[in-house]
This record gives sequence, C-alpha cells and structure tokens, in this order.
Amino acid sequence: MITFNRVSKTYNDGFTAVKLLNFEIKDGEFLVLIGPSGCGKTTTMKMINRIIPHTQGTISIDGNDINKLDPVMLRRNIGYVIQQIGLLPHYTIEENIALIPKLMKWNNDKIRNRVTELLHIVGLEPEIFAKRYPRELSGGQQQRVGVVRALAANPDIILMDEPFGALDPITREQLQDELLRIQAEMRKTIVFVTHDMDEAIKLGDRIAVMKEGELLQLDTPDKLLSNPAHGFVEEFIGKKRIYQNPEFIPVTDVMRENPATTLPTRTPALAMSFMRQRKTDTLIIGDGNGKLLGIISAYDLQAEKDKIKTVEEIIKPAEIVLEQSATAKEALLEIAHAPFGIIPVVDESRRIVGVVTRGSLLSMFASQWSEEKGEINEK
Amino acid sequence: MRSESLWIQIVQQTQMRWQDLLQALYQHIQLVFFSMLIAIIIGIPLGILITRIKSIEGTVLGVAGILQTIPSLALLGFMIPIFGIGIKTAVAALFLYSLLPIIRNTFTGIKDVNKSTIEAARGMGMTDYQILSKIELPLSLGVIMAGIRTATVINVGTATLAAFIGAGGLGDFIFLGIARNIDALVLIGAFPAALLALCFDWLLGLLERVSTPRGLKA
Ligand SMILES: Nc1ncnc2c1ncn2[C@@H]1O[C@H](COP(=O)(O)OP(=O)(O)OP(=O)(O)O)[C@@H](O)[C@H]1O
Ligand SMILES: [Mg+2]
Repeated sequence: MITFNRVSKTYNDGFTAVKLLNFEIKDGEFLVLIGPSGCGKTTTMKMINRIIPHTQGTISIDGNDINKLDPVMLRRNIGYVIQQIGLLPHYTIEENIALIPKLMKWNNDKIRNRVTELLHIVGLEPEIFAKRYPRELSGGQQQRVGVVRALAANPDIILMDEPFGALDPITREQLQDELLRIQAEMRKTIVFVTHDMDEAIKLGDRIAVMKEGELLQLDTPDKLLSNPAHGFVEEFIGKKRIYQNPEFIPVTDVMRENPATTLPTRTPALAMSFMRQRKTDTLIIGDGNGKLLGIISAYDLQAEKDKIKTVEEIIKPAEIVLEQSATAKEALLEIAHAPFGIIPVVDESRRIVGVVTRGSLLSMFASQWSEEKGEINEK
Repeated sequence: MRSESLWIQIVQQTQMRWQDLLQALYQHIQLVFFSMLIAIIIGIPLGILITRIKSIEGTVLGVAGILQTIPSLALLGFMIPIFGIGIKTAVAALFLYSLLPIIRNTFTGIKDVNKSTIEAARGMGMTDYQILSKIELPLSLGVIMAGIRTATVINVGTATLAAFIGAGGLGDFIFLGIARNIDALVLIGAFPAALLALCFDWLLGLLERVSTPRGLKA
C-alpha cells in the first residue's frame, strides 16, 4: 500500500506543483491520475520513486517512509514506464529487458527464461525480436518492451507516465488491452498517468482527478461518472461521455413513467378502449397496490376477447423485469428478449414505476445525439 | 629542370640522413603519443565532470577554448619558463593544445545522450555510476573518439613546432631546411608529418566507427 500523507512539492523556483495530497493506493489496485496539463500528475507519480523528491509530508510504502529507504533499492522494486519509452539504444531487446535482473545478479538461466516469458506475454516472438535493437522495432513494439522491462524484476509497484500517449489509436487500444490482461494475471499496484478520460475509465480501478496541484476526487469510474463531486470533475469528464457509457445511466432515465397499467379484474372491452386511448399495444397489469402481475397484449386481447370475462385469464408473466437501480445498459441488452418488447421497471417491493420500450430507449439516445449535434453546430 | 634537381636532392638527402629521419619520426610520434595520452586522461574526466557540476561548465570550456586560441608558438614560449627547454615543455604545450576538442566532445557527447533513456534507467534503479559506465560513456564513445581524432591530427601538425624549443621531431628537418635554404630538407620533414597525420586520421576514424554502438548505426 502506498500512502500519501499531507504531501506537497515546491520546486526550487518556489512553485508549488502539488498541495497537501492525502490518499492511499491499495495493493493490487490500478490507480489512474488524470487532470489537465500541468496539474501535477507527473510530479505526483515521480515522487513515489523519488525521481522528484517531495518537500513536505510523508510518502510511505507498506508503512515505510520512502525517504528512509535507499533510493536505488526503492526503485528496483518499482517498475517505471514513460511515454518516451527510453530503451537503451545500444542494448538488444533481450539485454534491455535483462538490465535490472542482471544488476540484481540473477543467474543467466533465470534471466533468459524471464526474458522469453515476458516477450511471449506481449506477443513478441523471442526468436525474431530478442536479438534486435530498439530502433529496429515499431513504436508499439518498443513500448511493449518498455512495459515488460518494467515487469522484469517482478516489482510490486509499477509507475506509468502516459505510456501510450504517443501511440496511434489502434496500437494504443491494443496495448491497453494487453495491460489489462497482464494486470488481471499479476495484480500489481499500478499508478498510471493519462489525460485521456476514455483510457482512465477503461483501465482504472479508481481514478484520481487533479487540478492545479490538488486532488479533487478519487473514486471508482462509475462513482465518478454518476456522482462527480465537483463541478470541475463533471466538466472534465464531460456530460456527453456519461451517455456514451450506458452502464452509467440509470434505467430510470430511459424508462417511460406512468405506463398504461390496469387491474386484472377489468373486462376485455374496457382494456381495449384503454389501449386505444393510450395508443399502446400492451398493458401492464398490477394489483391494487400497484404490484406487478404481468402483461397483456392487444393481439391476445383481440383473439380472446369473446371467450374471457376479465383480462386476468390472458396475463403473460413479465419474464424480464428490471429493478429501479438497474442501468440503461442492462435495458439495452434485455430489450431484444423481452416479450412484447417491453420491460417493466419496479421498485424494491415490486411496485411498477415505469417501462422501458424500444421507443423510450431510442428517444433517450436520440435526444442526446441531437444535443451533441447542436453543440457542434454552435462551434 | 628545377623540380628534377629537387627530386634528386630529396633522394640524396634521404639517403644521407635516413637514420636521423627515422629518429625524428620516432620522436615526433612520442611527442604526439604522450601529449595525447595525458590530454585523454585529463580531458575525458574533465568533460564528464562538467556534465555533473553545471557551475564549472563555463569556466572549464572557456579556459580550454582560450588555450586553443593562443598561437602554438606563443604557447610553447610560455611553457619554457616552467619546464625549461626540451621534450617536457613540448609535451605540456601539446597537451594543453589538445584538451579542448576532447573536453568539448566528451561534454557534448554525454549531454546529447537521450534524456528519457537516462530517466528510465534512473527510474529503474541504476546508480549514477552505472548510468555513466553502461549508458552515457558507451553512447558518447563515438563522439569522444571524434574529438580525440581531431585533437590528434592538429597535434601532429603542431608538434613540428616542438623543434623550435629543442624537443626534436620532424620539425628539426623543416627548420634545418629553412635555415640552410635547402627545400629538400623541408620536404623531408613536412611530407612524413603530413603522412603521419593522414595515418592517424584514418586509424582513429576506423576506431571511431568500431566504437559506435551497433544499435546506433543506420
Ligand atoms: N523542475 C521544475 N521546476 C519548476 N516547476 C516545475 C518543474 N517541473 C514541473 N514543474 C511545474 O509543476 C507543474 C506540474 O507539472 P507536472 O509535470 O507534474 O504536470 P502534469 O500534470 O504531468 O502535466 P502534463 O499533463 O502536461 O504532463 C507544472 O506547472 C510545471 O510547470
Ligand atoms: Mg506529465
């Protein structure tokens, strides 16, 4: 666990780049630092391995004040990946990865096995790449080596400063996926700096939003999106982004309230006229307390209307129901399987609060789209 | 007609003095070798030092620069009160004269090593010494060798002036030739000196290429 306790950094010129940081990074956690340029992300990250010494407060790793540790030993247990990659140009790929294990005096067999293993992890065939020099690799391949070089000596912590920032979007996406795969397996404590919100949401277990040297909010991606603690955070995340991620929209935002409901004791004729009036081809059936009983369709009603006394006889159970706390994403996934294309939404005591239909989903996203289009036109 | 007689003269003089010539060549190489050796031993560490201590960078490069702008003969003159007449003075002056290219190339060679390479190395836990010996020096070796090459070539030429203060070398022939007005003698001194410079240039050029790390070559 990495702990920041009232940590500040004032540079020699008197500029305070980060102010009174107080937070913890748990073991095995993927923490993303994000914020506008110059807000102190890099400074915060580099204070952890003492590349930048902090000027106030304490940073400790597993309870040990890092200022009391030998910086070289501290760094050997912390992997380090930077945007510029920084492979040694006069070392082969193999030698680059082996650098720290060698300094730590691992035996040659162990080093060779480790290099082979790591190259396989990032999909670089050792037979082809081990003996090449960095300049004989593409940018994406070089950064793959940069990432596994940081893993080589099996550190518990990895610091990454915009590691994919210089890569083209497709390569970046690939490396993000590989990093997630590696992380799922190795469970390192990762501190990752980016200014790409999409990247932060995709990778982070938690995201720390910084502004002008201060930490504004540190939360899981969905908490951050659903409940930004600060106007700046909301602005920085971008409202639009929330709608690009339906898992962060509550289902109540995409449902139709006041759906056409009726009691099971109604006669077919009454139900028919109610449907006509509400311009719908389904009715939600609830009991006297508004609790969900099922659904009837206009089709069944038409076919059976002469044989039945009340609609109760043709109620179909609602096979798919969503709780109020569900998200729009679940609604999107379920709507295709819902009988009659309608999903009732209920509260904790199964009282009907609304329905999701294809129409309600569509109109929600359509209104988002037209808002966005409006914004673009304004610019 | 005249050139033919010059040619005959050269052959005659060479036959007559070839042992002296070999001796002078040997002395000349010695002057160059020892002055360069000291210049390398002192220049490279100085060059490294000023990459580490920024406050003395200007002074060191400035002094070395001034030393090189002093006319070579004057520099030899300045040395006489300190070391007297002879080889020591010549070596000392040639050493001072060769410092600048070596210090400057060591300095720029190391400064030009990619900052992110060094940052990554430091971040991974390499010590300052490891960064110097495994990264900075190997990566700037080509540039340092180029400085040594430049200094050596200048040195070979300047060393002919050593004869003025009785330090011997190929300059002996040149000055004797001038004093006695024998063109052939001047050429017998000048030609091997030029050849020597070319040889060193070629040899050190080769070394420069060999010492450039493989990963950097196009
Ligand atoms: N060595 C330094 N001396 C003085 N000020 C510095 C120094 N390094 C950084 N700063 C200042 O500290 C602030 C934070 O810098 P930092 O590099 O941490 O920002 P960042 O959030 O990583 O920005 P970016 O997204 O552009 O990389 C900036 O205003 C920067 O100008
Ligand atoms: Mg930065």
